[in-house]
Amino acid sequence: MQNPETAGDVLLYEKRKSVFPKAVSGPFRRFKWLVMVVTLTIYYVTPWLRWNRGPYAPDQAVLIDLANRRFFMFGIEIWPHEFYFVAGLLIMAGIGLFLITSAVGRAWCGYSCPQTVWTDLYQHVDRLIDGDRNAQLRLQAAPWGPAKIARRLVKWTIYLGIAFATGGAWIFYFADAPTLQHQFWTGAAPSIAYATVGVLTATTLLFGGFMREQVCIYMCPWPRIQTAMLDEKSLIVTYKDWRGEPRGSVKQAKSSAEPLGDCVDCNQCVAVCPTGIDIREGPQIGCITCALCIDACDTVMKQVGRPRGLIDYATLDGSAHEKAGGPPERIVRTIFRPRTLVYLGVWSAIGLALLFALGVRKHIDISVAKDRNPAFMLMSDGQVRNAYTVKLRNMENRPRTMEISMDGLKGAVMWSDDMPQSSAARSLRRTVAPDQAEAVRIYVIAPSHEEEQDFSFNLLAIDKEGGSDSHKTHFDAPEEKESE
Amino acid sequence: MANKKIDSETGVETVGHEWDGIEELNNPLPRWWLLTFYACILFAIGYVIVYPAIPMLTKGTEGLWGWSSRGSLAAETAKAEASRKTLLAQLTATPIEQLAQNPELMRAAVSGGKAAFKVNCVQCHGSGAAGSTGYPNLNDDDWLYGGNLKEIEQTITHGIRQPGDDQTRPGALMPSFGRDGILTAAQIQDTVSFVRTLSGKEQASAGSARGAALYAANCVACHGPDGKGNRQLGAPNLTDAIWLYGDSRDAIAGSVTNAHAGVMPAWTTKLDTATIRMLAAYVHSLGGGEKFGLTPAPASAPTSAPTSAQAAAPAAAAPANAKP
Repeated sequence: MQNPETAGDVLLYEKRKSVFPKAVSGPFRRFKWLVMVVTLTIYYVTPWLRWNRGPYAPDQAVLIDLANRRFFMFGIEIWPHEFYFVAGLLIMAGIGLFLITSAVGRAWCGYSCPQTVWTDLYQHVDRLIDGDRNAQLRLQAAPWGPAKIARRLVKWTIYLGIAFATGGAWIFYFADAPTLQHQFWTGAAPSIAYATVGVLTATTLLFGGFMREQVCIYMCPWPRIQTAMLDEKSLIVTYKDWRGEPRGSVKQAKSSAEPLGDCVDCNQCVAVCPTGIDIREGPQIGCITCALCIDACDTVMKQVGRPRGLIDYATLDGSAHEKAGGPPERIVRTIFRPRTLVYLGVWSAIGLALLFALGVRKHIDISVAKDRNPAFMLMSDGQVRNAYTVKLRNMENRPRTMEISMDGLKGAVMWSDDMPQSSAARSLRRTVAPDQAEAVRIYVIAPSHEEEQDFSFNLLAIDKEGGSDSHKTHFDAPEEKESE
Repeated sequence: MANKKIDSETGVETVGHEWDGIEELNNPLPRWWLLTFYACILFAIGYVIVYPAIPMLTKGTEGLWGWSSRGSLAAETAKAEASRKTLLAQLTATPIEQLAQNPELMRAAVSGGKAAFKVNCVQCHGSGAAGSTGYPNLNDDDWLYGGNLKEIEQTITHGIRQPGDDQTRPGALMPSFGRDGILTAAQIQDTVSFVRTLSGKEQASAGSARGAALYAANCVACHGPDGKGNRQLGAPNLTDAIWLYGDSRDAIAGSVTNAHAGVMPAWTTKLDTATIRMLAAYVHSLGGGEKFGLTPAPASAPTSAPTSAQAAAPAAAAPANAKP
């Protein structure tokens, strides 16, 4: 049997070239550190923040309570019927990505995508255990022996620890974190918690620890979408070939007959790249615009006494302009242009609309479902009865007394199925438990002369804060009898 | 192989066939594909051993684990039965008069009854329990035999006019006044006129005056002098708005002429006590249920209640029907 990886000399697939990025320092590296610390802190700390909501609601600041169908976020509580807030946030996130992409290119990929952040974290672990790029390369080539096995075991254990912490933190968003943590370690947590941690640990380990840049290049759809969204005014990491080429070392430059460019061909930009590409080949899908090559190149340029920015953020338009001899464009002008301003406008408009809706939303709610089988009921005394299932929502974290009354249907009275018909009246009161919806079955009875008609149930909160809601429904009655 | 053909472009061996000049390369399968394939074969062998798989003459192999779809259904059913056991035992032990004192049990009974109603009762009474002509509506407050929990339970348990059940609802048999020649067609029309004045559907007239005398002679024994009926006989109230067979002149004349005698099965032979209690609780909950002790006594009940349908056949009328 032939080696399945090759058929003759033709490779059936491209084998992954291992990437061992070299440590680098500089402003972009510091910025990446900052983003990593901020995003990871948000991720790990958020579920542990407390927020006092009184005795009837959980005190976790951010909680996605799937079992009780509530979403808590600091002072905001979202019910399932208000899911449009979440939809609005998702739309904002989408347009936000458009905005960021059109203004500063693939900044999401380069700095804040979880895949990038965790890959970065794992690469730091590599450098911590195995040493920098050259040591890693040597270890990779070395035959398996006790030292290599020991290093690998230590490294993979740390990998697993990070992956476990990542998966483990996720579940705390869905239940009370301190309780769940105790349950988790004592084996009392729900099996879905263990399954979630297991799956997320495995995916983190696989994607962050081993697949890394392959996820960005082969699996993720976002680079393709972003590539389509970039235009000649988008900031991309650019190797200024008109300045760098022809490349050659400082020594070669001295002995060369014709003048060489600024690029000293030190390969530092390739060595530091976390996705293992050569930026000097031009813009490419593997470039996540993390700008570490800018840091690396600037360091070298400083050492050889040439101006910084041989590799730099630039737009295609700016590059053309600069190539023709013009001054480098100002970044501010590339960021504030009509396209980004339109995105910004749409994004802000949705945000403001959501805030407005949040400010004026009701905290009590009534909805009515009419019995349709039977639609009406003729009683022995000739009166007509209709039945309704009325749902009252109390979205406050305290019990509230509410009054249900009828608007229209003048002669009718109503009662609920847990009270005697003798106490039927034009309105009735219920106390709805805090943060609960309560269904109550209501009978409405009207004298025989009432014809079928529309009317409304009104709901009024009987306390200082007040609030009201109303739901239109229908009263059915027998059709007029045929005359003799 | 002797006649090994190598494709010149790629240097790969071909499978040796040719269709209109098109040949197929014999590339090896990827290793992961082969491994997956072998793994599938191993899995299949294991599956055949532990699960029912191979059809034999009378039945298939049963597999080492003894799994079967019938078996898993039985296990699920047993589990559901076990979870209902306490509730059913509690229901069986609680006399229906005391059901209301246990609101939780009452709620369970009503929802259980709702499910049982959908299986056993909707064929006649309709899915909304609203009935239809000849099949009583269970939502309203008009009851032929009484509408408290105990009376409803009694009706469901023993049925109406069920031969062979001693305690079945008696339901007097109304005579077919027209068909049997007891009254003439004109007399029936007069009687109808009078009956319709009882519930205010017609104004008094010469016909209704004649009908009043006929009513007094033929109908009062069951329907009472004021037309309010008699629950012990299942004789309907003629003064209210609810008419099981219709309230038009034709419908009432038809009832007087040919009479009705609706029947309902005695469910005690088909359902257990707990299910019947659940059904009673559900029917009672539909909005017309009566309280204990509030049952209005018929204004002019006959002094002796007939104990069976046969004994309860005074020459009186009851367009009677099963109304639990």
